[in-house]
This record gives sequence, structure tokens and C-alpha cells, in this order.
Amino acid sequence: MKLWGRQALAAAPDFVFLGKCTMSKDDDDTFIELKGIVKQYGGVTALDGVDFRVKTGKAICLAGENGSGKSTLIKILVGVEQPTSGQIFVDGKPYSHVNPRQAAASGISVIFQDFSLFSNLTVAENIAFATQLSGKKRLFDRGATRRIAQEALDRIGVDIDLDARVETIPVAHKQLVAICRGLASNARLIIMDEPTTALTGREVQALLGIIRKLKDSGIAVVFVSHKLAEVLEVCEEVFALRNGRNVAEGPARDFNAASLTRHMTGRDVPEAKPPLNIDQAETLLVVNQLGKEGAFEDINFELKAGEVLGISGVLGSGRTSLAKALFGLVAPSKGSITLSGKNIPLGNPIAATQAGIGYVPEDRLTEGLFLTQSIIRNVAVGRFDHHRSGGFLNLTSLVDEARGWIERLRIKAPDYDAEVKSLSGGNQQRVALARWLSQTPRVLVLNGPSVGVDVGSKADIHAIIRELADSGIGIVVISDDLPELLTTCGRILMMKDGRIDSIVMAGEMDEIELAAKLAS
Amino acid sequence: MVLRLLSKQGTSTPEFRLAIIAVVVFLAMAALSPDRFLSSQNIISMAFQFPEFAILALAMTITMMTGGIDLSVVGVANLTAVISALILVNFAGADATGAVALLWLFAALGVAVCVGALAGLFNGILVARLGLPPILATLGSGLVFTGIAVAMTGGSAVMGFPDVVAWIGNAQLLLVPVPLVIFVLLAAALHVILTKTSFGLKATMYGANPLAALFAAIDINKLLIRVYVISGVLSSVAGMVVMSRANSAKADYGSSYLLLAVLIAVLGGVNPYGGYGRVMGVVLAVLSMQFLSSGLNMLQVSNFARELIWGALLIFVMVVNTTDWSRFGKARSGH
Amino acid sequence: MNRLSLKNLATRNETLVAVVIVAFCLLATFSDPLFLSVTTLTDLMRASVVIGILAVAAMMVLISGGIDVSFTAIAVFAMYSTTVLTLAVMPDMPWYFIFAISIGIGACLGAINGFFVVICRLPTLIVTLGTLSVFRGFLLTFIGSQRISALPPEMRGFSRMMIARGTTEAGSFYAIPWAVAALAIVVLLTLFILHKTMLGRSIFAIGGSLESARRIGINVRGAQFFVYCYVGALAGLAGIIHGAMGRMADPFSLVGLELSVIAAVVLGGARLIGGYGTLTGTLLGVSLIVLVENSLIVVGIPSTWQFVTIGLLILLGTGLPAWQAKRAAAKSA
Repeated sequence: MKLWGRQALAAAPDFVFLGKCTMSKDDDDTFIELKGIVKQYGGVTALDGVDFRVKTGKAICLAGENGSGKSTLIKILVGVEQPTSGQIFVDGKPYSHVNPRQAAASGISVIFQDFSLFSNLTVAENIAFATQLSGKKRLFDRGATRRIAQEALDRIGVDIDLDARVETIPVAHKQLVAICRGLASNARLIIMDEPTTALTGREVQALLGIIRKLKDSGIAVVFVSHKLAEVLEVCEEVFALRNGRNVAEGPARDFNAASLTRHMTGRDVPEAKPPLNIDQAETLLVVNQLGKEGAFEDINFELKAGEVLGISGVLGSGRTSLAKALFGLVAPSKGSITLSGKNIPLGNPIAATQAGIGYVPEDRLTEGLFLTQSIIRNVAVGRFDHHRSGGFLNLTSLVDEARGWIERLRIKAPDYDAEVKSLSGGNQQRVALARWLSQTPRVLVLNGPSVGVDVGSKADIHAIIRELADSGIGIVVISDDLPELLTTCGRILMMKDGRIDSIVMAGEMDEIELAAKLAS
Repeated sequence: MVLRLLSKQGTSTPEFRLAIIAVVVFLAMAALSPDRFLSSQNIISMAFQFPEFAILALAMTITMMTGGIDLSVVGVANLTAVISALILVNFAGADATGAVALLWLFAALGVAVCVGALAGLFNGILVARLGLPPILATLGSGLVFTGIAVAMTGGSAVMGFPDVVAWIGNAQLLLVPVPLVIFVLLAAALHVILTKTSFGLKATMYGANPLAALFAAIDINKLLIRVYVISGVLSSVAGMVVMSRANSAKADYGSSYLLLAVLIAVLGGVNPYGGYGRVMGVVLAVLSMQFLSSGLNMLQVSNFARELIWGALLIFVMVVNTTDWSRFGKARSGH
Repeated sequence: MNRLSLKNLATRNETLVAVVIVAFCLLATFSDPLFLSVTTLTDLMRASVVIGILAVAAMMVLISGGIDVSFTAIAVFAMYSTTVLTLAVMPDMPWYFIFAISIGIGACLGAINGFFVVICRLPTLIVTLGTLSVFRGFLLTFIGSQRISALPPEMRGFSRMMIARGTTEAGSFYAIPWAVAALAIVVLLTLFILHKTMLGRSIFAIGGSLESARRIGINVRGAQFFVYCYVGALAGLAGIIHGAMGRMADPFSLVGLELSVIAAVVLGGARLIGGYGTLTGTLLGVSLIVLVENSLIVVGIPSTWQFVTIGLLILLGTGLPAWQAKRAAAKSA
């Protein structure tokens, strides 16, 4: 295996070989080592002297929040980006940079979050395509394709119909197909980007079993994630990055969910806030017996004015479907939702908005914002109908109102007419919030309010959430970010298999207990 | 203008480039054939020629703004023209004059606009309610509309209108051709709709990101249906102009106008994937096309060469608009 | 093994189109017992050759995730310019040379499309809309705009070459021209490229996900360029066959047919988003369109209703799956 890798490297023509052959410090086991990697984009330093090491057959956690530099590090590892300075050692040989072909040839394989599969092709073709391509064959050999695919599936001991189209198989299987694609092209290192986000608890366990098998056969695995508690148990080593620097590294047994979070965020796990005194407050939202086949079942809860209610659960637990159902984007088949005693028609976002429910979606870029439109327009889109005089828009009042909200939420933008895609993640999220706040909602549903937001903005967004609650808005926070839930919410509904499994009151549990509960 | 569509400003907009193209084409043609191109006769004749396909281009523009397309515009125009023509021929007759003729003309126009709106409603329902891709929905419905017109007429032209009908297409109001007046009014109305009404801004934003529009609680079905109804109504007006100018109606008139309308809209800077487009750009594109084809006409260039030049112009403008010129600058300075 | 479950089969466009064709034929036979005859069949085959080859070409582009509306202009350009060239240079040229020239011209024009799509990265619809005008305008301006009925003798000869001919028991004459074999060859060649070569699988992969195709190292540009050249070549072939069979080189023919051809392909199950399309479906779609165009009168619908019928078929054929997809999406959420 190792010999194969060396030969491939020697054969690669434009590999930049630095000459002196220093074996890296401890032992032969080191497959890849990055030393003092610096990466600058224009004037911005994304990585500032980062060290990283992958040993054969070991699993490594690369932990860091969004914007910590972990994606940049991976891009350098697979050759998509070139480091500004620093050295890369592959099997002990030093290089100043690698290119994507060399990275692939030396057995580095990345599984992207979206898996990069072809949904219109069969499982077998998806697994074997890259291998067939590198074989420089002109003819397509169905038999060989099936054989390669079957071998790869056998190596991880799973059974998936080779002739099924990928669009028809479940998400967890898609991930396995992506892993098998790496195996089929003789991967020595499989890098998994946010591998657990799309999986249910049981599927995560199955994945961990497969990772163990991979390690046994000498394949290294790197998990890149901002929530690693789930995969910590199969890992040998942890590297944590923050703001482009190493902040912690060491054996995985020295870390737990809480310490990882501390390293990643640079803060202690926040103290749980005592619940606000909302006993006297008006009950806003009453959800009664809400259910939808295959998504969620038997959902009952109440939300009071000024309350922040958390809803959590792994993906597939029904939390996102429930969040969408509250806003009418998903039509429940039974049950009811009332706001201040008034029944809200189900499955109708326009009726929900009129009743005073707002929804900030999880995926800002595709669901939340009109990226090519101006900041003003993105904020004002919900208020067009309220600034009409005689059929036409009153642009002055519309713009003034939107500006007001932009300023109140301290959105930093040089020009309010700039496209919203020019803003940072945190400011974009504020634009999404401003849109709903301008509509003076009574209930605000926030799905993943700080996903993809840097640490500083995250704290700001949490502060905004508390302010809003203090002003009497009922807020529902859907999240799998446990510190976030613990800082912002008075109560947390834990969902499992589409049902409310339990209710956790603020201060009742710490993050570790909550994590354990989530994974159970 | 605070509520600009995009942050692109001033000289970098497609409209600015188009204005330059229009001026350059005008000057070039004027230079090549000054006494004829600049003659009032030529200018008036140009003003009579372009409104019919320019109105179809407006219909194309509003559907493209939402990321859709309307391939049924010519079908709608011909269907409405055939129906109006049948009304005029059967109820008024060629000999009708005065109030009777005028009454029937208004009736025919009213019916035409209603038929156009209904056709648009049909398209809107196909796209919004049934979820058909606009390109296929309007391809199919366009055939249906044309087919109904064929079935009603047996494929032959309908003629024999009262004289008053010719007024729409051939008269002048204070020296300005009536078709041009109609086009200017419609273009101005569309501009106001797209930039000054809630509906117009929502349509643009829907085009920029349909999913975000859903999450922003925009009533997408209503929005799309209105877009296609407007497109249908605009097409029906174009149908009336064509009918009046040709003094007849036929199911297969102006079949080349469909691609021409798409071409003008795209040339005018409308993003065929939705989210950007300005009526001003479309007007400039129409003018460039008309200057070009009239000028070439003066220079004894065949009609077919015009088609060649139109296509080349479209590709040229797209290459200019999509090329990232700054990249070339960088590459050069880098070496 | 492909799981051809009943449900799978029932929701496929091919099945829907096949059912409509069978129903149409039953109805036609019921009202005219002579309908189901060798003569009708061979007539329909003759009528399907040109539109069939063009449809295979259009399908290829749709699979790769693009759309091409210029292929009719390429076809007529290649046909007419080949005829003019042959008459000027060597009127007695064997028919296969004439065909080769037409195919070559078509491929070159396709390469122009490919250049703008692959190198300039322009949207395929816009590029081919533009080249449609350019090719046609160039042909009519610089090559000629007169119909030529005095074709090179070998072209006329080709149209007389029959695989089989004869008279049925009922006394009606039938003939299967060799042009039908051209369609068969095109279908087999395309089948081979799409399903037996890495290039073909790459075309499917690119249509499925352009980004993923780049990531795993598929030569995306090369494959796309090939698609447009291949489409041009097929259009050149379809054009010259059209000219030979019609015994006339008419520079005004074919253009205007492009949307009907795409309609036939889409009816057969190819999707505009790319990555999907079968030759069976495409041929079924072509058969249905040809059947409606030629035999509507037999089932008692006046031929003036032909456009309405085809339009409704397109709306039905694309509307049903779209509506099902929309309902399924609402259900799953």
C-alpha cells in the first residue's frame, strides 16, 4: 500500500519536490504532515502557521467553528489551494504544495457535505466512475464497474443495490456510496466534511462502525466538523483551530464535548441562564396534536410571550419539518396551531405571516436571501404591501423603514444598495432577521440562527434574541448547537423519531448531559 | 434611485453598453447613407415597423424576469387577432362605417384583450399550479393557441374589415405613428409596474431566488399567474397591431417574431434566469435592431443578412456581458 | 438487474407515450380497418427518418444538460451548401461522399456552438438561438436562396434505393427506403456512445451534476464540445437525407421544426435539467408526433386540429410528471 503511494508520487511529473528528505519527527506511521502552513488571501490571513498531522490508519478530528480556517486547511491538503508558506510532507517527503491530481494519486479522497454524487446514475457507476476514468479507458465496462463497486461495498460490509439510481436511495446510503468511491480509488486518507449533519443517531452509530473497519484496513480518516462530540469516540487525535491558529491538539481521550467547544470558541461553556419570569405572560402559540406522516407525530406545546423555546434533535428527528410546519411551509395532516386563541390555517405561509409568525430559515444562501438583490430590498421584501399609495410603492417610506431596521440591528455595510451577497455571514443573518422584525411578528421561528456565523456575531445574535424576547416576542429556536440552546432558551424540547422525547428546563442539564441525551 | 435593481452602476450596466451600441449603429447608418437613413420618410417607416415585435419583447421580458419564458406570445397574438378579425368580419363587415364600425372595433379589441388574459391565465396555471417548466408549458400552450386559430379559420387569412381598423396600425397622431404611441405607453406602464409596484419588485425578487421568495411568504402562485396574464395581454395588443397593419389575420403570421422577441429581451440585458431586467434596456435593444435592419435595408442588404447580423449581435453582446474583463487585466499584469 | 417494478413502469414517460400510441392505433384501426397495414407503417417510417435523427441529436444535448435550437438551421445549411458545392465541383460525386460532406459541414457548425458554450461559457439556449439566426442568415445571404430541384444524380439515386418494396395483398404499394437504415445506424451509434463508452457515461454524469463531474476529474469541456459537434454532424446527415428524399434542396425548409423536435424528445422522458433521456422514449415521442401529424384524420379529428392535439400531448406528457413531482414534494417536505 505504502509502496504504491510512493510510486505514484514519484511518477507525478509536476510535483514540487523540495529536495532534502527529512523524515518527520516521531515514526513511520505519519502519512501526511503539514508544518507551519500560512495562507493569505489578499490581506487576510486565513491560516497562520498551522501544523497538522495524519497517521496511517488513525482517525483525526479537525475541530473548529466556521471561519476558523479548517476548510482552507483541507483545500490545501487536497491541492485546491496553494499555501503562502509552509511545508507539506507526504510519506516523509517535503513539498511546498501539491495539486489536485497529485493529492488524488497519493490517495487523498474528500467526501463533501453534498457528497458530489450523480443522482441520475447507478450506485455502481457512482462508486467506480473515478477509477474507470483514471484507467484511461475509452469503453465503459459494466462488468468491471459492478465488480469494483461490489468490492468497495464488501470492504465496509454493507449491502446496497448496485443498480439502484442514487436519487432513490436514502441519505445515509449516499454517504456510504461516497465513502466507497474513495475506497475504489485506493484512498489512504478519507476526509469527511461535516459527516454527521444529515444522519440520524442510529445512522451515526453505523457510520462509526464503518470508520473502525476503515482504520483496521490502514485507512486514515479526518473528520472536519464544528460538532465532533458524536465522532470523538472513534478518533485517536484532535486538532482544534481557531482564527487560523492551532489552539489545541492531543490524544482524543483528553477531550470531551465541553472542552472541545471551549477550544473552538475560546470561551467557557456559557452558564445556563435562569428562565425568565414569564409565568404571568400571555400564552401566544398553542400547538395541539400536530402530526404529519413520516415527519412528526403528536406534537403539543405552548409558547408564551417573551419566552425562548428551543427545539433540538438530530437531523431526521423531525425538528426541521416541525419548524417549517409552524410557518406553513409543510402541511401537517392533523392537529392545530393557534396564536392568541385564533386558529391559524395549516400549510399556508402567507396566512402564518399575516397571523404574526415569522421564520428565518436554516440555509441563508438558498432559502433566506435574494443574494443578487440589494440589502434594502432583502429587508423590505415583506413590507412592500404595507407601503402602497394608490397602487404604487411609497419608496421613501419603504426605504426609511428598512434603513431603520438595518441601523437597529447594526448591519455593517458600506452601501445599503449593495448586493446582499457582499456581506459577511453574521451581517447576512442580521438582514434575514431584520426582514422579519420589520413585520413586527408576535412569534419568530429561528432555524439554526447562528449557522455559518463567526464567533463574535454569534454572541451578538444571541443578544438580539434575548432583546427580542424581552420585548415580548415569543421565540422558537431550532438548533443542534447545544451551547446556543443553553444560552438562549428557557426550555428545550428534545425530539426523537418525530416525537417530543423530553423537555429540558434551563439550568437542569449541562452541555455534556444534553449531548448524551441527544445522541441516545 | 435608492431601490436599484443591482449594485451595478453607471457605465458598467448592460443598458449603458446598449445605449452606446444603439448610438453607434445609428451614426454608422447615418454616415453610410445620410440622405436616405435620416429622411423623415425612413424614420417614420421605422417607427411603424418595430412596435409589433417590440411589444412581444416586452411580454418576453416580464416572464424572463421571473426566470421563466413565454414561447406562446406569437400564438396568443395570432389567436386574439383571428378572434377579433372574425368578430369584425362577421358582425361589422367591410362596409361598416361611423359609429357602428367603431363600436365593433372596440368590442373586438375588448374581446382580444380578454382572450389574451385568458391565455395568460392558462399559462400561469400550468406554471404556478401544475409546476410545469415554463419553457415546456408555453411551448405546448403556444401550439394549442395556434391550433385553435387554425381550426377556427381552416388556416386561411381572415380579411374584410371596416376601414377604421386600419387606423391602429397605420395612422399618425401628431406625426407620431399610432403603433409607436401604443408601444411607448405599454413600455412606460411595464417600467412602472416593474420598478414602482409591490408586484413588480416581488416578481424581480422571485426571479432572483424562487426558494427565498417562498420563505419570505410571497404568494408565488398569484404572482406567477399575474406575470403570465400580463404577458398574454401584451401579446394580444401586439396581435391587434399586426392585424391592423396587415389588414387581415392569420394563424401563422409572424412566426419569426418569437425568436426575435427572445433575442431582443436577452440583448436588452434581461437575465434569462431571472432577477434582472430593465425596460430601458429592452427599448434600446429594439432601437438597435431597427436601426440596423433599416440601415442595412438602405444599403441593399437582403433581409436574410439582417437575420445573420441579429444573431451575431446577440452572441457578441452576450460574450461582452459575461466575460470577466477584470480577469484579463489581472492576468496581464501578473505576467 | 434493473428493477422494473410495476409502479416504476407506470410512472415513466415511455409507458405513457406507448399507451397513447397503442390507443391511437386501436382507434384508427377501428374507424379504418385499412389503417393497420404495411403501407401505413412504411409511410410513417419514411416520415420519421429526418425528425428521428434530429430528435436523437436534441436528446443528446438535453442529456448533457444543455438545449440546442440551432440544429434545424445546421441541417438546412449543411444540406443546401453541400448540394451547391456538389453541383459546382463534381455533380457525379457518389452519394456517400455527398453525405460525408454534409455531415462534415454540420459538425463544423456544431463546433461553433461548442466554442461559445464551452470556451465562452454562454448559456446554451442563448448561443443556439443566436447561431440559428446566424447560420440561416449566412446560408440565405451568401450561399443561396433559390430552391434547387435539379439535384446531383446520386442524391436522387439515393432516394430511390429501397431496402424492400412490393405490393400488399390488398393491392397497395409500399416501400422501405435506405434512409430508414440511416436512422437505425444513428440510433445504434448513439446507443453505443451513450451506454458503452466512458464519453457517453461522462455526458450523463455532466448532465446529472456539472460540479461533481469536475470534482472527479471528468473532462467536462471535451465532452460538451463533442456533444455539440456530434449534434451538428447528425443534423448534417438529417439535412442531406431530407433533401434527397424530398428531391429538392430548399433553403427555407426545416427551420421552424426545432421546437416540435424538442417536444418529441421531452415527451419521451428527457428532462430539461439534464442527465435523463432514453432512445426508446425519444423514438416513441417521435412516433407519436409523426402519427398525429400524418394520421389524425383517420381517428376522426380534422387535420386542422393537429396543432391543438400536439400541444395538448406536450402539456399532458410534461404536465403529468411535473404535477406528480410537485405532489410528492409537498408530501415528503
